[in-house]
Amino acid sequence: MTTLPAQTTRKLGLVIDLDTCVGCQACVISCKGWNTENYGAPLSDMDAYGAEPSGTFLNRVHSFEVQPDTGGCAQTVHFPKSCLHCEDAPCVTVCPTGASYKRGEDGIVLVDEDACIGCGLCAWSCPYGARELDQTAGVMKKCTLCIDRIYNENLPEKDRIPACVRTCPSGARHFGDFADPDSDVSKLVAERSGMDLMPELGTKPVNKYLPPRPKDTLQEAETTALSPVAETPKGFLGWLDKALEAL
Amino acid sequence: MHPAPSVIFFTVFSGLGFGFLAWLGIGIPAPQGWAAFPYFFVAFAMAVGGLIASTFHLGNPKNALKAFSQWRSSWLSREAWMAVLTLTAMGIFAAANIFLNISMPPLGIVGAIMALITVYTTSMMYAQLKTVPRWNHWSTSLLFILLALGGGAILAADSLGTILFIGLAALTQIYVWDAGDKRFTKRGHSIETATGLGDIGKVRMYEPPHSGTNYLLTEMVYVVARKHAIKLRIIAFTLAYVAPMLLAMISDRSFDLSIVALVAHIIGLLAQRWLFFAEAEHVVGLYYDKR
Repeated sequence: MTTLPAQTTRKLGLVIDLDTCVGCQACVISCKGWNTENYGAPLSDMDAYGAEPSGTFLNRVHSFEVQPDTGGCAQTVHFPKSCLHCEDAPCVTVCPTGASYKRGEDGIVLVDEDACIGCGLCAWSCPYGARELDQTAGVMKKCTLCIDRIYNENLPEKDRIPACVRTCPSGARHFGDFADPDSDVSKLVAERSGMDLMPELGTKPVNKYLPPRPKDTLQEAETTALSPVAETPKGFLGWLDKALEAL
Repeated sequence: MHPAPSVIFFTVFSGLGFGFLAWLGIGIPAPQGWAAFPYFFVAFAMAVGGLIASTFHLGNPKNALKAFSQWRSSWLSREAWMAVLTLTAMGIFAAANIFLNISMPPLGIVGAIMALITVYTTSMMYAQLKTVPRWNHWSTSLLFILLALGGGAILAADSLGTILFIGLAALTQIYVWDAGDKRFTKRGHSIETATGLGDIGKVRMYEPPHSGTNYLLTEMVYVVARKHAIKLRIIAFTLAYVAPMLLAMISDRSFDLSIVALVAHIIGLLAQRWLFFAEAEHVVGLYYDKR
């Protein structure tokens, strides 16, 4: 059904720390790798070795530059973007076939590729560009929050988190349950004022972004001039100095 | 948004076809027996042809029948149902008329109302999208319905209907263009709200996430050829609205003039619909610092 669940038991999602992300793109690659080999149709590439390569990705890292209002240096902010698993997900209700759905038990938004007609309306309804129509399979692809990892008992426990979180070398990505106020992700959001993207659209994203921490500002150093150590020489040295300059 | 020929063709011709069916349903004109065949043929060909064109837009059309399942929540599913139900009702109405020479005015009136509801459901596929502020407004649906009635009146060769509904559509169109141009900014969407970084200061794109293009950019951040927008608006307005109205004012028209009005209207409408998509700015463009 493409009606949204009234509420979900758990709210699984990601916290993305814009302060610590270094824009290395490791999460982009690990996501593409895992999701090409596992759940659903592979993420295809078009003209991969040609002049105009393009392809399907479920996670992309944008980089922005912010010029602070208070003056000072511009800040570079690396900005990973994937499905936010919205509570009020517009991509679910627009779907004519029931292929796009939000799970009641954990809040993950998924696509049933066997029912998808590839009309693209869900991608149109998403403000965040989280859905891409695979050009080979003709079906809609999106972040699954790695459902085939997080519940996979064949994997060691430390690997039962989304591929992007597992691979992030700077600790900028965190996975957890937002419905539990004592979870690590809930605490992070509370401590660091986690925010929603485009809140004016009322999608109520589950994923939260931690804003960059305020930057230090350079303190003007208190300087007092040192007393001069060399003065104009007098006496014999004074004569020598003049004599040498005259040569 | 990408102005795909399949969706332009779909919305233009299914709108005209269902609009004409609405007029035929209320008996304007009311041909009887085999004389009615060409009228219904044209209406059904346009409506069905448009719907078939829409399937060319699908990436995976083999599942198309499943699109009837989610009518409780999805406008596209409702559109599919309304189109089939309307075509069935009007099909019975037309067949009784053509083959049995039986006129069933109540069924025709019901069919006419259903035809307009079908056009409304088509419009809501676009008007429901908060992500495209230009479309996300009641005036989108009003214009679709007025254009269906006006185009149907041209096909029905009804002068008064043409002047009335094309006239109302023209006024609505002016409002739609004017208000649509301002709505994105008015809704307050910006690269700052998209990134949440506005509290720090002014944001600009430093480096896009990919050097080439992708589905999002080709489908939703269509910025090509907008420079011709004003010229195309003038062409669309002249051909789709002004020409059919002027021709409808000529009393005692010949068949040839009706054809000229229809051809002008269709060409104008194709330009109008191209602009409808090409000028529509999706908020996802903000993540690319493009609109």
